Parts: sequence; C-alpha cells; structure tokens
Amino acid sequence: MSDPSEKGKIPGPDSAVELSRRDFLRNTGATVAATTVAPAVLGAAGARAQDAPPATGTDIQLTVNGVSHRLTVQDHWTLVELLRDHLQLTGTKIGCNRSECGACTVLVDGQPMYSCSQLAVWMDGRQVTTVEGLVQDGQLSPLQQAFVDHNGAQCGFCTPGQLMTATALLNSNPSPDAAAVKSALVGNICRCSNYNAIVEAVVDAGRRNGGAA
Amino acid sequence: MVATTHDVMPDIELYQPTDEANALSLASTLGEDGWLLAGGQDTYGWLKDRNKSPAAMIELTKIDAWKGVRETANGIEIGALTTLTEIINDPLIKSRYGLLSMAASRVASPQIRNVGTLAGNLAQDARCWYYRRGLDCYRAGGNLCYADAPESLNREHALFGQSRCVAVSPSDTAPALVALDATLVISSERGQRRVAAEDFFVGPAVDIEHMTILRPGEILTSVLLPNSWANAEFYFEKVADRNVWDFALVSVAAAMKVSDGTIQDARLACGAVEAKPRRLTAVESALRGKPRNEATANQVASIATQGARPLNYNHFKVPLMENLVKRAIRG
Repeated sequence: MSDPSEKGKIPGPDSAVELSRRDFLRNTGATVAATTVAPAVLGAAGARAQDAPPATGTDIQLTVNGVSHRLTVQDHWTLVELLRDHLQLTGTKIGCNRSECGACTVLVDGQPMYSCSQLAVWMDGRQVTTVEGLVQDGQLSPLQQAFVDHNGAQCGFCTPGQLMTATALLNSNPSPDAAAVKSALVGNICRCSNYNAIVEAVVDAGRRNGGAA
Repeated sequence: MVATTHDVMPDIELYQPTDEANALSLASTLGEDGWLLAGGQDTYGWLKDRNKSPAAMIELTKIDAWKGVRETANGIEIGALTTLTEIINDPLIKSRYGLLSMAASRVASPQIRNVGTLAGNLAQDARCWYYRRGLDCYRAGGNLCYADAPESLNREHALFGQSRCVAVSPSDTAPALVALDATLVISSERGQRRVAAEDFFVGPAVDIEHMTILRPGEILTSVLLPNSWANAEFYFEKVADRNVWDFALVSVAAAMKVSDGTIQDARLACGAVEAKPRRLTAVESALRGKPRNEATANQVASIATQGARPLNYNHFKVPLMENLVKRAIRG
C-alpha cells in the first residue's frame, strides 16, 4: 500500500517521475481499492442471513478474465464500478450508466450484459470477461486485430463494448454474415456512427479464424 | 477520489432470499417498504436518479422455483423470473406460443433481455418521462398531470382510458399474454391467487399510482398459457421510434383460430394506447365467422379505434393503431 500522504498527489511539471494520465488514474484507483476491498479471507460467500443485522458489505467470489477474486462488495455497487474502481480494469467504459448505450458491455457466464446495470453482489460464483481478457499471450484476439485493420474504432469509447458483444456472437456463430452481426450488435451504440467498419471487422474476424473469436 | 461522484446508486438494504418461503415472508414483513428486484432494468434508473428511494430491496433471482418453463396438463407454466432471452429461445414456447417469443424478442436490447425477466417486463412502471423525471404528478401522489397540459409533449401517451393520468402500458409481452388468454399466478404468505392477464393490469381510474393489481407482500411468480390457444395463428408487431431500446408507440398482438380460411375465434390486444393492454373485444366479435383476408381487415379494423380520445400530439396513433390491427387481421 502506498504512503497515504502520497494519495492524490499530482506530479508537477518539474517532477522527476513522469506519469501518464492512465498510470495516475490507475494508482489512485489502487489506493481506494486497498482500503475498500478488505478481508482477503472470508467465510461462507453468498446470501446474507435474513435476520442478520445490516451489514456493510457482502462477501463474494467471482472470476474475472480467468482470475479468481474473493472480495467484500457494497450492496449498491454496480459491476462496472467493481471492475473499474476496485479491480482497476478501466477498459470497460461507462457511457450512459442507464442500460441505454452498450459501452459497458461485458460477458457474464458468456452472455453480454450491461455492467452498469448489474449489481456487483450478483457476480458471486460467476465468470466475467472484460475487454482486458481478450488478449491471449500478448496477442490481440483475431476480432481485435480485425477492428484495427478495418478502423473499427473511431473515437474508441464504444469499442470495448462492441468487442465484447461481438465476441459473444463469434462464440455462438463463428462465421456470421453482415445481417447476423448487425442483429447481434443492436444493443451497442457508436456515437461516431462507425457501424459499417464495425460490421466489416466482425465479419472479417469470423472469416479469418474460421471459428473461435 | 475515483470519479464516480454522480449517478452512483444510493446505499441499499438488500435481501437475497434463496427459497420461496423466505421471499414471501420477507415480502410480507417488509410490506410497502420491500421493493421487488429481479433483472433490475426498471429499478436502477429510479435509484440512480434518486426519484424513488426504496427502504429495502428483495432480490428474487436466486429462487429457482420461479424460473423455467414446464409442461402442465392444461398448457405450459412459465416461471415469472425466467429471462426474456430464455423465453425467446425456449422450444416449447417457440413451437406452441410463438406470439410470446415474438413479443419478447422486441423488448429493449439483447443485453437487457439477457437479464430482464418476464415478471419485470409485465410489472414495470409507467414510462411517462414527466413521471420518471420525479415530478409530483398524480401517479407520484401529487395533484396534476404534466403530460396533459396545453403545451405538454405527449406523442407517446394514451388514446384511451385517460383519467387524470395519461401514461400508457409500456410492456411488449403484456398484450401477447392477453391475446394468449394467459393466467398470472400471484403468491403471498397467505397463499396464491390467479388472475386473467387482462385483469392484472389497471388503469388510472381504478388505481392511479399502480399499473397492476400487485399489492405489498405479493409476488408475481408464474404465468400459465392454456392449451386452448396453442398453435393458433399469431401476429405481433411493434412500432417504435428506434427498433432497439424504445418502447412501443403502438403494438398489436393477435391470436386467431382459423379453419378452412374462416376465423373461428380471435383475441387481440394493443400495447401503448392505454395504461393497460387494450383488449379489442369488439374487433374479436366482428371477426368470428369471417374469412381471414384483406377485405375482412378493411371492414373490421376501424372498430379498434372507436372511442379514441387523442391528446395534442398523439393523433398519429389513431391511424397507426388501425393499420396495425388491419395487418394483424389479414396476416
């Protein structure tokens, strides 16, 4: 854990340490996580006893991108808050925060869901995949590579969500045609309206690897 | 500080019962303070906007007895906590009650259907944005309607049954269940009651603050579809501004029993024209004994909109509704 006096300290222009914005956000996020994701050893996970006094959190076990986590979460945390603010997985974006844009889409047990509108406590015992989980052995997934090749990202804010929904599609339908891609991606808005490139990328990804996303 | 300072959820008192008895007991004990939570897609907006502040939430998603599709002697039983995606993909529903699959597949977006439940789609609250905005309208316990003033924007609002409030039933599956003559099972600690789908929903003249007859302590636990309407001829159509996310401007659900080209019996209902799904009984009577064709559609469809009282900005819904009914009849 970092020295509390360092918390939130922004390096000045003459600072010896050059921090990127991303590193800065990541480090401040880690400080918060260290203070809130408390006991590492937990009792029985799962439902709170009906007659228990109001607790400050619920103990859950979940797997994110293949890594198992045991944590205490606040009942009002959403999944995207857990991912971004407490597990430092900031690839998942918050757009509308109201189930109306798709930027926060992640896979829960393989199914695309809006992580802004899932309670973190619901993830007990479940497998979550975020955009950080698509890279295998340092290699972009064929879908990610196709997004690069087809300029699937314009401003890029919706891209993590598009990638996750498209990954779920390719897992169930390895070589979708454009119509199938359009139908599967209807729940993800691209404000740049870069839909043609996104559809081309997903179709091409299916064509390239002849299967697994 | 991590930048989640606005529209995070307020602290909630969450209960996660794992069996039916516990859930019903909690619902009974908490009464009006117990907010029922399933997929949460109608809940979190209220909470994030701080426009409703439930004292406690009872999460129902761990109760397996209220999920899934089973065959019964009289038809099928659908657990009310079955997700919309499961309903769309269920082979029994698809093969016998395709009307419900079609309606469910038009709800919101795929990600919402993956978590949203049938119960949530049926029991969701009104979508009138004046009400959702947290204004003190009749439906929120106040004493005026912001949607029916001279300058109100009300193109999405009601054609029928206005009574101070002009909000409409937003559900896509509700008209389908009315057309299928479904029965809804409502459970509480005192036992179960069964109501016809069309009697589950209420308009503002009956209860201006609730869309359904569900009372504190009660939980909608299953939906029964009768054999009598299995494999009928079905039609569903929803018109909305966008094909995804948006609620219906008007929707129509129809079930018809046709033999030798003649309509023996029919049930039709429209969504988004009244605070409850509007069953078209006069159209149904006019259809019996007639051939299912364009001429019948042209002759009968205008009955559907008789008595409509459009507001300032929703006159377009009258021909829209008539045309949808026409298309439902001719198939």
